[in-house]
Amino acid sequence: MTLLLVLTSLILISIAVWQLTKILELSKPIDYENNEIATDKDNDMQGKLMFLFLIFIYGLTIFSFFKYGDVILPESASVHGENYDRLLWFSFSVIFFVQTITQALLHYFAFKYRGNKKRKALFFADSNFLEGVWTIIPTIALAGLILYGLFTWVDIMTIEENDEALVVELYAQQFNWKARYAGEDGVLGDANVRFLQDFDGKNLVGIDPTDRNGDDDIVVQELHLPVNREVVFRIRSQDVLHSAFMPHFRAQMNAVPGMINQFAFIPNTTTQEMRLRPEIVEKVKKINKIRFDKSEELIASGDFPLDPYEFDFLLLCNKICGASHYNMQMKIIVETEEKFNKWIDEQQTFKEFVQ
Amino acid sequence: MAQKNNRRAKIVGTDIEVDITEKKDVIIESHDEDHEHDHHHKETFITKYIFSIDHKMISKQYLITGLIMGIVGIAMSLLFRLQLAWPEESFGIFDVLLGKWATDGVMDPNVYLALVTIHGTIMVFFVLTAGLSGTFSNLLIPLQIGARDMASGFLNMISYWLFFISSAIMIASLFVEAGPAAAGWTIYPPLSALPQAQPGSAAGMTLWLVSMAFFIASSLLAALNYIVTVLNLRTEGMTMTRLPLTVWAFLVTAIIGVVSFPVLLSAALLLIMDRSFGTSFFLSDIFIQGEVLHYQGGSPVLFEHLFWFLGHPEVYIVLLPALGIASEVISTNARKPIFGYRAMVGSILAIAFLSTIVWGHHMFITGMNPFLGSVFTFTTLLIAIPSAVKAFNYITTIWKGNIQFNPGMLFAIGLVSTFITGGLTGIILGDSALDINLHDTYFVVAHFHLVMGISALYGLFAGVYHWYPRMFGRMMNKNLGYIHFWITAISAYGVFFPMHFVGMAGLPRRYYTNTNFPYFDDVANINVVITLFALLAGAAQLVFLYNFISSMFYGKKSIMNPWRSNTLEWTAPIKHMHGNWPGKIPHVFRWPYDYSKPGSKDDFIPQNVPLKKGEKELQH
Repeated sequence: MTLLLVLTSLILISIAVWQLTKILELSKPIDYENNEIATDKDNDMQGKLMFLFLIFIYGLTIFSFFKYGDVILPESASVHGENYDRLLWFSFSVIFFVQTITQALLHYFAFKYRGNKKRKALFFADSNFLEGVWTIIPTIALAGLILYGLFTWVDIMTIEENDEALVVELYAQQFNWKARYAGEDGVLGDANVRFLQDFDGKNLVGIDPTDRNGDDDIVVQELHLPVNREVVFRIRSQDVLHSAFMPHFRAQMNAVPGMINQFAFIPNTTTQEMRLRPEIVEKVKKINKIRFDKSEELIASGDFPLDPYEFDFLLLCNKICGASHYNMQMKIIVETEEKFNKWIDEQQTFKEFVQ
Repeated sequence: MAQKNNRRAKIVGTDIEVDITEKKDVIIESHDEDHEHDHHHKETFITKYIFSIDHKMISKQYLITGLIMGIVGIAMSLLFRLQLAWPEESFGIFDVLLGKWATDGVMDPNVYLALVTIHGTIMVFFVLTAGLSGTFSNLLIPLQIGARDMASGFLNMISYWLFFISSAIMIASLFVEAGPAAAGWTIYPPLSALPQAQPGSAAGMTLWLVSMAFFIASSLLAALNYIVTVLNLRTEGMTMTRLPLTVWAFLVTAIIGVVSFPVLLSAALLLIMDRSFGTSFFLSDIFIQGEVLHYQGGSPVLFEHLFWFLGHPEVYIVLLPALGIASEVISTNARKPIFGYRAMVGSILAIAFLSTIVWGHHMFITGMNPFLGSVFTFTTLLIAIPSAVKAFNYITTIWKGNIQFNPGMLFAIGLVSTFITGGLTGIILGDSALDINLHDTYFVVAHFHLVMGISALYGLFAGVYHWYPRMFGRMMNKNLGYIHFWITAISAYGVFFPMHFVGMAGLPRRYYTNTNFPYFDDVANINVVITLFALLAGAAQLVFLYNFISSMFYGKKSIMNPWRSNTLEWTAPIKHMHGNWPGKIPHVFRWPYDYSKPGSKDDFIPQNVPLKKGEKELQH
């Protein structure tokens, strides 16, 4: 059905194009000197279209913001994410300003100076003053952006070792994530893929059985994080490149086989708080409406309906890793310290699990 | 002799006061003599059309091969856009084109990845490197600098045929049992190194690497030829500061290619070693399919460094020729000198230099030392300065011009527009801090498609429309050109503008479908809009193809200098001949941008017209 629609629209478009050319050709007076070089009439028409195109670009921008603005990620749920968002919107306002001005100049000039036989172009080949202006202004603007960006970057990437921080290993494999907590000693046991086959495959992330630090490690399939406490992620992969992407926290780091990468942040909003934020409530409502409509179609065709959606933080894979790359995810639950402690106490340690 | 007269008549027909042919005869170059006899040779079909050593024919070969590859590449993008808009839906076209990889017409996830991989490879290397740079460097370098041919016509022929072999292997890889390479066009190991990781990493990846090895050999031979030709074979009077900006762009592009392509070859060779001979350059500590592999001590990050050492300059290898073409087309059609010629040359050189020291901005979050990230942020954002200079100079060039809206001009202006839109988002992505959350999302896809994909394609189209009369002696239909431009321009923004929002929603690229994340359900309708615009854009290219092919046979016969342009290629006769000019090579007396110069009756003065008494040459 869709194919038919697509084919029909393609055919219709081609017919429209064909007809348009015919109209364009027929509407012109017979021109014996037609040599496929733009005439004054062409210049006039195309120049005006250039101006319309400027309106199109502005219109598309405004339309997109109104119509699609609400899909943009909600405000960050981590401490450094606030700085990130500020830098992002600052940079955006700079480039929007430049975009608006330059597109206007380009298309307006194209419209204004559309050629005709009577016009003579200005012979204006150089101006050190103008060249200076548009070398120096971008330099100053970029110096500002570079400095602001670098301060933010260094701030995000500097991980200060402290005892308070929670150390969590994110372990990637085709096509799922696992998380390992350091347990009571706060130290992750050594690990290597060469231990994966120990204990009949129950050594899920390859913890070195001879390293006592690993005994109390906890391996889980769902990531729980306490709110307002620094979490230091150590990121590993067992097979190919993956990327641990946690968009709501403005956090991402690749998982590279043979390397342990690090990223740290402080979550400052629990899943519960997030679900109550008006923008999230709005978004969930919208998504559920889409899912409800889709479900009705599914039921009509004898399929199972979709589950209603509830907001959760996500860990996604963001580096192409094979066939099921598109479905390599893990739920992240940010909760209060008490709830987190209660949850972690219920989990089996590595030693308990392999016995 | 008949040709000579003919040529003189044509030039007189454009109201130039000076009789060029006679002036030229006064100054004779000794090495021209032997070429006089060239047209007496009997050319066979094979030496003329297949194993040709004539740069004009080779340029057509590049263009047509590039366009055929372009059809494949664009068709692939339409296929995976269908899947993205209507995920896991059954399409008859998938059944027909993908066969066993689309059971019941539903696309397989592995094939989705294969399509994006080959789409990227074909568009970046085969269409926008060979198809764009190969075509116009070959056509324009000898003609615009006033040379009989490339420094080595034979090497030139070899480089085209290596490119042809490379294309043939890449196309052949689509037909292997397990499917073509599917690790993304960046082919990061270990995914690309291990057949266990995905089916495309078996024979498909081997063919990909072999094809690229041929491609690199081809582009190195071509680039060396371009550099030698520009440096040594310029006609008398053609100083470096009188070179058209096209030639400057091609020269610098060739230099970047020579600097960076060998590094990609080394990466490909090491990857072949890892794949087939058990070395561990890029692999370490891997457990896959229930088995620990022997690899130890290598690093995938090393591959990323090697890849992007080419990969980033590659962006400029694609873009600079397009910008060069735009300079020429805009100046000619605005009937104004290009504004800030020296600044334009300077910014080409600055961009080229910076392009080789920014590769790390593709790797901010690979585990590379964050300090290194800071350095790459700094160098990356610096590129915005010469880019801004170029954009402002283009805008100033059309200011107070007398703009002739030939189809080539529309595409050149379109290029400036997308170059600005796409370039500005580069300021966001080049910032290491902001890259954290936008890396590998659709924001990146939107950014680079606008700034290098669409811009370079516009450059290609501008070049084809502008130099078609020079290549085929006929004109393309301008009305079809207008329709082609406007539908393409509207749909290009229609595809890539909303795509930024998909990226800012946090949606990763290279996802077969988003339906496994209810969180992204609200971007589904944006994907439909994008796909509809993509289909429209695809349809517009059919208009171009029709125009391109039919004009070859039925187009209006072109006059010698239809755009009233200054550069030397328009002083050569249209008739196909080896050696470009019958008789002597024209000499050059002025820079190529004397448009609308005060004191001249015409609004253009070709480069081979001597300065009048008391006339000052600008800036030289």
